[in-house]
Amino acid sequence: MKHLATALGLAVTLPLAAVAECASVSAGGLTVTGAWSRATIGNERPAVFYVEIRNEGETADRLTGIDTPVAAMTMLHRTVVEEGVASMPHAEAVEIPACETVGLAPGSHHGMLMGLTAPLTEGESFPVTLQFERAGAVEIDTRVLSIRAQEAQCDAG
Amino acid sequence: MTLRRIRLVLWTLVAFALVGVLALQWAGRRPEPPQPPFRPDFALQDEAGRTYGMEDFRGSFALVFFGFTNCPDVCPTTMSEVAQVMDDLGPEADKVRPLFISIDPERDRRQGLAGYLAAFHPAILGLAGDGAATQAATESFKVHFGREEDPAAPDGYSMSHSPGLFLVGPDGEWLRQFPYETPAAEILADIQERI
Repeated sequence: MKHLATALGLAVTLPLAAVAECASVSAGGLTVTGAWSRATIGNERPAVFYVEIRNEGETADRLTGIDTPVAAMTMLHRTVVEEGVASMPHAEAVEIPACETVGLAPGSHHGMLMGLTAPLTEGESFPVTLQFERAGAVEIDTRVLSIRAQEAQCDAG
Repeated sequence: MTLRRIRLVLWTLVAFALVGVLALQWAGRRPEPPQPPFRPDFALQDEAGRTYGMEDFRGSFALVFFGFTNCPDVCPTTMSEVAQVMDDLGPEADKVRPLFISIDPERDRRQGLAGYLAAFHPAILGLAGDGAATQAATESFKVHFGREEDPAAPDGYSMSHSPGLFLVGPDGEWLRQFPYETPAAEILADIQERI
């Protein structure tokens, strides 16, 4: 009986443990979702910004920059591995073709947040404004995940 | 020259050409000769100033990564994979030593290598020597790195580097490379098989 009570108790908490839905913001044909970053150790090293951008519209758009109050400077980068050497050239913009989903994701395009005003702490979140050529500015809540996180850890919805 | 003679010469040429083509194909199909075994080494310091070389890890596998802590994408992604491998090794984790060799040693020492790596996994040992020792370590492992001046980057520069993970055996012999973005499960399976 005691075991049953424990099992029932656990069952009740299960929905709470289920993965929450990602914050999601739409502008025109674009939907910006699943924004996340990794916790930092101190604020001297740059932090990262990852997000998914779905273009359900008929026209292509471009992400030209990002902005956030938690960093003095931001930049779009792309990780390139060429002949066994990884480098991180600037990306002037990230193309968002019509009817496609583009991810700023590990090993690919990513935002770099430099000059952090404070360390990023796991469990917190901060706003990032994405600047699109056509859709304009889109602000999204960005979750700070573990320094070991590899993906957004929420349902794209 | 008779017609018959010309024909004979031509057929001989055809025969030579055929032999040549077959020889080339045979040579092309031969497997690559195995890489001669080599034992990479280094002399680099941890945060406490203790100098390590590969002989300090004899008896365990070493999983070696060359990186820098100001790297926001490739290095945390790879260190996460390494941390996952160490977690998943369970009781066999003490047979594997993950090493992070800094290719940006001055800045990494200043900003603290041990605290950064411990956030991924306490087993990861961070090593940062001086410029010459770092150069020697990368040459020994045959990896490339470079400093790229970039006024927009923190401190005005960024680093490019070989992003793979290198596995060294308990006898100090280089075993293999795991290319960037090899899933943790694949690395784990490979190491477990060798253990």
